[in-house]
Amino acid sequence: MLDTVRDIETPEGVELGLRAAGLPVRAMAWIIDFLIRFGIDVALVVALTPLGRFGVGLMFIAVFLNEWFYNVLFEVLRDGATPGKRSMGIKVVHDDGTPIGWSASLVRNLLRVADFLPTCYAFGIVTMLLHRDFKRLGDIAGGTLVVYADSLSAPPALPEVRPEPAPLALSGTEQHALVRFAERANTLTPERAEELADILEPLTGTRGETGIRRVLQYANYLIGRR
Amino acid sequence: MNQERFEQLHQAQWQQLEQWLEARRDKKRKADNDETTAAFPHLYRQVCHHLALARERHYSNHLVERLNKLALEGHTQLYRSRTGILMNIVRFVLVGFPVLVRRESRVFWLAALLFYGPLVAMWFTVQQWPDVAYSVMSAPQTRQYEQMYSPDRKVLGRERQADSNFYMFGVYIWNNIGIGFRTFATGLLFGLGSLFLLIFNGVVIGTVAGHLTHLGYISTFYSFVVGHSAFELTAIVISGAAGLKLGLALIRPGRRSRLRALREAAAISVRLIFGVILFLVIAAFIEAFWSSTTAFAPQVKYFVGGLLWLTVISYLLLMGRGRET
Repeated sequence: MLDTVRDIETPEGVELGLRAAGLPVRAMAWIIDFLIRFGIDVALVVALTPLGRFGVGLMFIAVFLNEWFYNVLFEVLRDGATPGKRSMGIKVVHDDGTPIGWSASLVRNLLRVADFLPTCYAFGIVTMLLHRDFKRLGDIAGGTLVVYADSLSAPPALPEVRPEPAPLALSGTEQHALVRFAERANTLTPERAEELADILEPLTGTRGETGIRRVLQYANYLIGRR
Repeated sequence: MNQERFEQLHQAQWQQLEQWLEARRDKKRKADNDETTAAFPHLYRQVCHHLALARERHYSNHLVERLNKLALEGHTQLYRSRTGILMNIVRFVLVGFPVLVRRESRVFWLAALLFYGPLVAMWFTVQQWPDVAYSVMSAPQTRQYEQMYSPDRKVLGRERQADSNFYMFGVYIWNNIGIGFRTFATGLLFGLGSLFLLIFNGVVIGTVAGHLTHLGYISTFYSFVVGHSAFELTAIVISGAAGLKLGLALIRPGRRSRLRALREAAAISVRLIFGVILFLVIAAFIEAFWSSTTAFAPQVKYFVGGLLWLTVISYLLLMGRGRET
């Protein structure tokens, strides 16, 4: 299937799905981080310059740390997310889904220099657009992945109607399709729901609203309601 | 088994795991004494099992997603690396770094050649044909260097006042470590960036040193640089070596795929960079607080500088021998 879910296999033998984050959302996160970093730089200059030569020395060190380690510190200490990433709902993990560590974070952030070349992250953007997991050069070398930090949505309410078994034995995929349709039934426009339910005319024997109702009944039966 | 029955049967376990993970995230609450902690691996494997079952039986998407999220968080907790960071740093400084540099001696010597080769060549060229210096540096730059190391200066190096040692320390940190990082990172472009920066810095440093030597500013210049150069030049060579290693992984991946070779090279290179940071901080400290002082005769500074070179060389050559594994 053509989608952005990246499956990682655990030692327990199950596959876990991670959704890779693409260019626009990562660019937004970068812009937010850039503004924050810039703000910190300005604050450092304003606060430390009046302290004389000593203050300016301190300022150079602080600006250096801010420019090179802002991302590293946030990623390692704040569960893979800089403030920008957090506000966009994404985070960095290792390729195998485990939390990012010092080495990988340092690699991906130092190599920003290479991603930035020749200018404005051109290499990084091209690499991201060519890569199936939207990795830039630093991600490739560091073995890291930027993914959506999912929060679980509310369980879909499967409309409750009187359950009824389907007249035929349905295969696994067919059952799955019926249940998914029922889960989405409330979010579809009535016209679209009808259109989809009509495809099942051979099964339900009717069309239109009664067709939808039939499918919902089968779905209720399939998930075990009696 | 139908889905609702399945959910009823295992709901309690899932909730237990969910609550435990919740408590782990919220670090203020002490989850460690909880008895769930002991049961965690078991709970996690149960959830993995349930996830596989739920997928196989085509249970609803939402349930599969919920179990997927639960298993993912469990996976994160179970397989995260937990090691004492302080112990690691001490071990790395005492053993890991010098062993690593020796193991990567091929790229190290390659980088050293690319850096010291042009340096020495330019030094001798400028002795022979002094005008060459002006085709490397602009006239104002040259004048600036001449002023910095002119024998009638009270302090050596860039212009400074008594309270400004710390200021220079900040400048050196900001500037030199930045150069080290760039020398490393641009190696990703098939090694070209590191190659260029090594040669470039070698040419510039060789020219400046050659030019000042030619003018006879010998004791001011060399007594200034001899102290920190041991750490600084070695660090630049090592960061170049780390960058070249990235490039070589792409050019000559051997029997691995290029991506795999790059990932493995990067994991090693970044450890070299940890050492580079350490070296450059030391170099900045020496340069700011020791190199600039004129309180000591040049002979003392040559002696200390020699000791520092000896320290760096024997550190990289001898530390951690016999403990390579």
